[in-house]
Amino acid sequence: MRAAVVTFPGSNCDRDLAVAFERAGFAVDRVWHKDTALPAGVDVVGLPGGFSFGDYLRCGAIAARAPIMAAVGAHAARGGFVLGICNGFQVLVETGLLPGALMRNAGLKFICRSEGLVVGETDSAFTSGYAPGAEITVPIAHHDGNYTADAETLDRLEGEGRVAFRYARNPNGSARDIAGVLSGNRRVLGMMPHPERVVDPVQGGTDGAALFAGLAGVLAAA
Amino acid sequence: MKARVTVMLKAGVLDPQGEAVRHALGALGFSGVEGVRQGKVIELDLADGTTEATVTEMCEKLLANTVIESYRVEVL
Repeated sequence: MRAAVVTFPGSNCDRDLAVAFERAGFAVDRVWHKDTALPAGVDVVGLPGGFSFGDYLRCGAIAARAPIMAAVGAHAARGGFVLGICNGFQVLVETGLLPGALMRNAGLKFICRSEGLVVGETDSAFTSGYAPGAEITVPIAHHDGNYTADAETLDRLEGEGRVAFRYARNPNGSARDIAGVLSGNRRVLGMMPHPERVVDPVQGGTDGAALFAGLAGVLAAA
Repeated sequence: MKARVTVMLKAGVLDPQGEAVRHALGALGFSGVEGVRQGKVIELDLADGTTEATVTEMCEKLLANTVIESYRVEVL
């Protein structure tokens, strides 16, 4: 099992994400934003949190047009797995790999604290390690996590079971309490909360470990 | 040549920053401010002969997120 973690200028969760993949049994390649190809045999691409390109223009907008993203798009089009966390989620909506947009938090403040998340769907590799409807505790740390899409798109996401996680107590104004969404083929997940920050007891929680372990389990069985 | 691109949130998209500015204006005693929308202006210095269609393509590909934003191009 092989994971690639992309680093953009301003990424700051790339190492944590690499460690989380490693702990779940992945060999991890670190990839630079100017690279034009992914290493051979990569199963999952991780787009980490941070402040790529200083959040200039819009969060994730410039990273979404970085050279490596053409290869990430091709990987997704082939049915490869992609996990975008926080700024990585913002990059995924900017590329169009996931629908919607992430706007400034409704309360205008940067929010950095642990939040309860309800697992919305377990029919994906990323969420297969959780019990349906389970409430888990995962930290958020963002200024622009207010998920927005038109009503038709939101209805489609809910109708197709693509809301992977919802906030138990909506912190940022996100439409329908959405914290994470899946692509149509359920292999691209974008989420604002940071599961890679809760994979070891020394981090104060382990509720994120099942996400990486679930993906590893699906890949190992394939 | 120069072009100016104005990017605004689409009508109907909640603009929390604009709302905060509206509240602040009210707190300063400016009554009657019924709405504030905050956007951004991007000025481009372009080689002569660059077409408005090219600037529109720039807006579609990068300068605006057309999921939530609209844009207007002015060639100056």
